[in-house]
Amino acid sequence: MRFGRTHPVALTLIVIAAVLMMVPLFWVLALSFKANAALMADTNSVFSLPYTLANYRTLFGDGQVFRWIMNSLIVSLGMTAGVLILSSLAGYGFARLDFPGRSVLFVIVLLGLAVPEQAVIIARHQMLSLVSMHNTYGALILPGLSAPFGVFLMTQYFRAIPRDIDEAALLDGASRFKIFWKVLLPLTIPAQATLGIFTFLSAWNDYWWPLISATNKQMFTLTVGIASTQMNFAQTEGLGFLMAQAVLAGLPILIVYLFFQKYIVQAVAGAAGR
Amino acid sequence: MASLTPRRRRATDWTNALFVLPYLIVFVAMIVVPLAWGMWLSTTKSDLFGTEGFVGLTNFVRLFGDPIFLQTVWNTFYFVLLTVPLLAVLGLALALVLNRQARWAAVLRTIFFASTVLSVTVVTLVWRLVFLPDSGLLSVVTRALGGTPIAFLNDETLAMPAIAITTIWWCIGLPMVLFLAALQQVPRALYEAAALDNASRWRTLTRITLPAIRRTFALVIIIEVILQFQLFGQPQLMTLGGPNNATRPIVLFIYETGWRQWELGYASAAAQVLFAMILIAAMVQYWLSSRREAR
Repeated sequence: MRFGRTHPVALTLIVIAAVLMMVPLFWVLALSFKANAALMADTNSVFSLPYTLANYRTLFGDGQVFRWIMNSLIVSLGMTAGVLILSSLAGYGFARLDFPGRSVLFVIVLLGLAVPEQAVIIARHQMLSLVSMHNTYGALILPGLSAPFGVFLMTQYFRAIPRDIDEAALLDGASRFKIFWKVLLPLTIPAQATLGIFTFLSAWNDYWWPLISATNKQMFTLTVGIASTQMNFAQTEGLGFLMAQAVLAGLPILIVYLFFQKYIVQAVAGAAGR
Repeated sequence: MASLTPRRRRATDWTNALFVLPYLIVFVAMIVVPLAWGMWLSTTKSDLFGTEGFVGLTNFVRLFGDPIFLQTVWNTFYFVLLTVPLLAVLGLALALVLNRQARWAAVLRTIFFASTVLSVTVVTLVWRLVFLPDSGLLSVVTRALGGTPIAFLNDETLAMPAIAITTIWWCIGLPMVLFLAALQQVPRALYEAAALDNASRWRTLTRITLPAIRRTFALVIIIEVILQFQLFGQPQLMTLGGPNNATRPIVLFIYETGWRQWELGYASAAAQVLFAMILIAAMVQYWLSSRREAR
């Protein structure tokens, strides 16, 4: 590798910082391969043989973690699909179509961007209690569908598409919906990817809402499940087991990140900078 | 025929609204109604079994006389003060060094953003294993260096800084990529002119780069203030708000008042106070970003 014109001091500092960023992760990885008994006796044993897969065997044998991963997948994919559909329809409506009260409604939706989860979560919880929806996938997905960010993003994207394209299709006698579905939607795929990745990641990592909505262990998402075993830190099956769980929860998303890094960074930065 | 046209037009107008209707239903059900409901709840005495009645501003008066709530407000500000400046400065430093085409820069960018994709529960699990008094990574290192390990998360003065370090490790990726994006926007011609003038590295940085990304710096500060104001998972999982409430932030107060003591009216009032604080920050953000567009 060529380090070019970078100042050696800056370079040294940043490499040290990068190592510090990774050390905690390697620590967890190393602990997950040690027998609980060995760790209890002396943590320094982590630096020497023997290593074992026992923690992973316990984890996979339990099966509970897989249930949580399944739940997380269902909730994240469901929310992503829902957000993409609702936001695309609404974005097209706000960007292209005329109907009474359009601009007022759009401004109201934009104001929704300023409403933090904390301001609505208690009432959401009560409302879904009233209709006995807690501990269902629906309850875990529904609040996430209301995030105005997707509508904002899609409206902007549809607005940027030249109007000539719709008008040509309109002259050909295509209906509004057909123009949306066949002509414009394929042009928005980059925005769909950004919004989809961002929604999936936020749903996968969401903690507070699933924590209060899913109280039944069978309905825990992965984040809540990991939290629940973490809560009784002292009485758990041991550090090694906890670490194996952390690896299982963290590694897949890190691998996905390595593959889709460009899109993930774009999506996260775009959502923050709105 | 002429009289038919307007009616026909209006009819199609209404069908046009069908495109936004599905989203609007969810928006009203999950944001508008809960927001209004929450505001109303904050003026009532409510618990698990229902609402006992309107109490006006009693909950708010009680909040501002509640030493625990006031401490959570202070803790939240303290946490923001510990994290936001460091996140902004470190993020900028990383971006300045890593704003290169080179392969090594790409690898390091990947490393610094990686922790951002992890969930709060994985992050806290990792860092508890770093801070653990007898078998944590820090204790192992301290002992190897001949020192006595410190129980960071059990220490009233060190627990919050420990949570701040965890948070900076988790969140450093976002400021870095926001600064990287801003640095890409600085016109190349400016640097070429500086090179022609034989300007030093330091002068180029202070006279060209930093002024050019001034507004991004302000935006990063605001975005991070809003994000870090909502601190919840880290103390809930690492310290349970302790020791002696030293790490209890506002959101944890809302959560515990709402779902541990089931004082929903009181919790809603606390949520409204937090909402007001975030709204002020969001308004500053809007003002800053619209000013940027005006230029």
